[in-house]
Amino acid sequence: MPIHTSRMLAFAALLATALAAPAAPAWTLERLLAGFAQKGSARASFIEEKKVRVLDRPLVSSGELRFEAPDILEKRTLRPRPELLRLEGDRLTLERGDRKLSLDLRSTPEAAAFIDSIRGTLAGDREALERVYRLRLEGNVRSWTLTLTPLEPALAAWVQRIRIAGQHADVSVIEILQTNGDSTLMSVQPLAGP
Amino acid sequence: MTRRAFGPVAAWLAVLAVAAGVAASARYTADLSAFLPRSPSPAQQLLVDQLRDGVVGRVMLAAIEGADAQARATVSRALAARLRADPRFTYVANGAADGAERERALLVEHRYLLSPAVTPERFTVAGLRQAIGDTLELVASSAGGLAQALLARDPTGEVAALAASHLAGATRPALAAGVWASRDGERALLVVRTAAAGADTDAQEAAMQAVRTAFADVAPREAAAPARLRLTGGGVFAVESRALIKSEVARVAALGMLLIATLLGFAYRSGIALALGLLPVLTGALVGVTAVATGFGLVHGITLGFGATLIGEAVDYAIYLFVQSGSAGGGQDAWRNESWPTIRLGVITSMMGFAALLFSGFPGLAQLGLYSVCGLGAAALFTRYVLPGLVPANLRVRDLASVGAQIARAIAAAGRWRWVVPALCVAATVALLAQRDTLWAENLSSLNTVSLEDQDYDGRLRADLGAADARYLVVVGGRDEQDALRAAERTAAALAPLVAQGVIAGFDSPAHYLPSEATQEARASSMPGPRELRARLARALRGSPLRAARLEPFVADAAKLRTGVRLRRADLEGTGLGVALDGLLLRRGEDWQALLTLRAPAAGPGALSVDAARVREALIGSGALFLDIQAEADALYAGYLREAIALSATGVAVVLLALMVALRSAARVGRVAAPLGAAVLVAAAVLASAGQTLNLLHLVGFLLVVAVGSNYALFFERTAAGGEGAHRVLASLALANATTVIGFGVLATSSVMVLRAIGTTVALGTLLALVFAALLSGARTDAR
Repeated sequence: MPIHTSRMLAFAALLATALAAPAAPAWTLERLLAGFAQKGSARASFIEEKKVRVLDRPLVSSGELRFEAPDILEKRTLRPRPELLRLEGDRLTLERGDRKLSLDLRSTPEAAAFIDSIRGTLAGDREALERVYRLRLEGNVRSWTLTLTPLEPALAAWVQRIRIAGQHADVSVIEILQTNGDSTLMSVQPLAGP
Repeated sequence: MTRRAFGPVAAWLAVLAVAAGVAASARYTADLSAFLPRSPSPAQQLLVDQLRDGVVGRVMLAAIEGADAQARATVSRALAARLRADPRFTYVANGAADGAERERALLVEHRYLLSPAVTPERFTVAGLRQAIGDTLELVASSAGGLAQALLARDPTGEVAALAASHLAGATRPALAAGVWASRDGERALLVVRTAAAGADTDAQEAAMQAVRTAFADVAPREAAAPARLRLTGGGVFAVESRALIKSEVARVAALGMLLIATLLGFAYRSGIALALGLLPVLTGALVGVTAVATGFGLVHGITLGFGATLIGEAVDYAIYLFVQSGSAGGGQDAWRNESWPTIRLGVITSMMGFAALLFSGFPGLAQLGLYSVCGLGAAALFTRYVLPGLVPANLRVRDLASVGAQIARAIAAAGRWRWVVPALCVAATVALLAQRDTLWAENLSSLNTVSLEDQDYDGRLRADLGAADARYLVVVGGRDEQDALRAAERTAAALAPLVAQGVIAGFDSPAHYLPSEATQEARASSMPGPRELRARLARALRGSPLRAARLEPFVADAAKLRTGVRLRRADLEGTGLGVALDGLLLRRGEDWQALLTLRAPAAGPGALSVDAARVREALIGSGALFLDIQAEADALYAGYLREAIALSATGVAVVLLALMVALRSAARVGRVAAPLGAAVLVAAAVLASAGQTLNLLHLVGFLLVVAVGSNYALFFERTAAGGEGAHRVLASLALANATTVIGFGVLATSSVMVLRAIGTTVALGTLLALVFAALLSGARTDAR
């Protein structure tokens, strides 16, 4: 049974976005992304609420996000059950219980696009990002929302859109809306220190 | 042709006609069964069955190299589509997702029958609460995509459990551009299974050709970096080895024939004599095959190959006739009276020596014995009774008496060097004793013609695909399919502790793909009825975000189990699961066999090998049989080699006894045997010191050295020194030896190890036999 590669990749793309906290005076997409590019290593805590249609209540998990320049991204879930999703260079690994899945991203061309978008985000490369998503920025510097709509068919079949909201330099919410109506809402709180 | 010769020639032609008919309609086989004892153990029989038509030999691996990843993937998809439409292939997989869809649908549909986690406890209130809780945690995780999609149908997570358990396989191949690829991403990989057995080399060759043709059709022709195809696998190796040996034999034979024909042409100065000289060998070979086909009903390839070598002695017969008869009109009569008794004794001793092989417990060796005895006998009889009648009255071959006289003088001059023979024998004995433990190669791979580079490539592809090489098998029998499946399930229970202890990494069983009806029934009855299930769900889901009312799809699937729908073998047909099952659940005549393949631990103290003793211990009383294919094949070969050596030694004793009866003097027998023993001893020491480990081919070579050399030694012993007759005999021996050394010498230049082994052994051994016989006879002349 193949693991849901595209899903893991989308997470990785989001991590990059979430951790690269923007800080720019006049509010444009260029400024936002330039702010991402200046960001070095960072840590944040997260609470994720997954809304599944057949469930009455969202499933809640929480843990920590970490970015270590230039190319290590981690999502470490602590509750309800420990799990580690980690992107290092071209290798994506998922550790859960005694299982460990490992994926070489170069081996899947679909993945190459996501890698580009992750790197694009971290490098403030708007072109790379726009190869994978259509981007729309709304609001002002005190309250902005960046909406990403997937262009790549493999991702578009699963994800309808991704919404990232924040104030000033901080990302506060990442929301993924799936094509089947399920959704994930991740609230992010920056932590001090690397 | 004289009137007197008409009878024998007519008889010969009749024999040839019958023999050609029998040989043409005989059954030939090239599989390992030549090495199988007459009364094989079950493990040995199983091994040969597996190698003859098991899955192992049917798997072909195809690698697409060159171009870029995208182009390779496109070619891989097109090639797979073409091969799937070809009835010569039963299974084609390249990792593309479209082929996996049906498989996944099957797993989802039959999950409750397939999953070992399904027990009555799992569907109690507590069991449901636990299983659904686990599934929700999985949905919440980053790996929960599929579990989330199936939540309403499969809240207990059986599909995820199946994916994580045995059906997941050991390792998954890497993907590049959506198809299987090597770890380094440089090749696209396909796995193909042929309909034909691996031992059917012709069909394997046709299958390889079909893959190549399909590849040539689908690969873009005018690419800057064109894609290349490379095939590997057991059947591919068999085809390539055969082709290599064929082309090498053709090349070597052409070169050898040219050189020998030049030499004999120069010696005889007669094309007719040259052509007639081949007839004894042809007659012998044909009669030998006929005898084996009649006596055994089946001819092993190894018999043909080695037998043709063993009757190489017959090449010399015509040389003896032509050269020893000389040019005198009454030469043939003189030859009959003076030389024939010596040749006859040589032939009889050779036949008696080879006859020892007839008593072998291995049909392969017994066939070799019968072939040699009948072939040599026929060749000798032909030379004596038919060939003289075929020689035209006006045929004149050059008289080599003067050449013989020169040789005689050289031998006399070399008489003072005769101490060299015992000195070399002592040195050879010391050398052989020093290496006695490593003298003989006791593993079958010593006969392998596949190059190390090809073996290495095959190994890398298999590692990339995570394809088990099915070296370790556990086999259980059953009266019928269901019985075999139940036996497989009992065996799996016995093996489970070994997995926990790390003795084996895991195993594959036919019951993983098709559980026995009893097991399916037990799993189905673990599921309560719809009303009861709803009630239990309501209680289990108290306080959960999942409400029982949402799980009607699950209740509906569960209710289907009670309608008696079961997974049957036919449901799996055409999927990867069905193919896996076909290789593991086999019909053997009236009985059925289930094979469980064991995976060796990848790390730890016993990495990459399985502790046979522990597995056998775990299987005690289960009726299951553990088989290490490689060890078993090596043991078979070692048994064959040991028996061949023992019987050869017996043959030598028989030869000595026959000589004793014929010569009636221990001293004379000693004079005949000494140069032969010395030649074999020194040749073996030279080969061993040159780093060669001796194998079956060397042994066959030594037998030929003794057979051919005994003629030399007998001539030296029985022919009075001096005179034209003796000089002609010397010339004929030199000529016969020169042709043997040339014929086998060019074989020694071959790139194929097995040909090189036999070539060096015979060329060196016969040359030494002649030189030693001459030196020792020189010693005698001096002494007189």
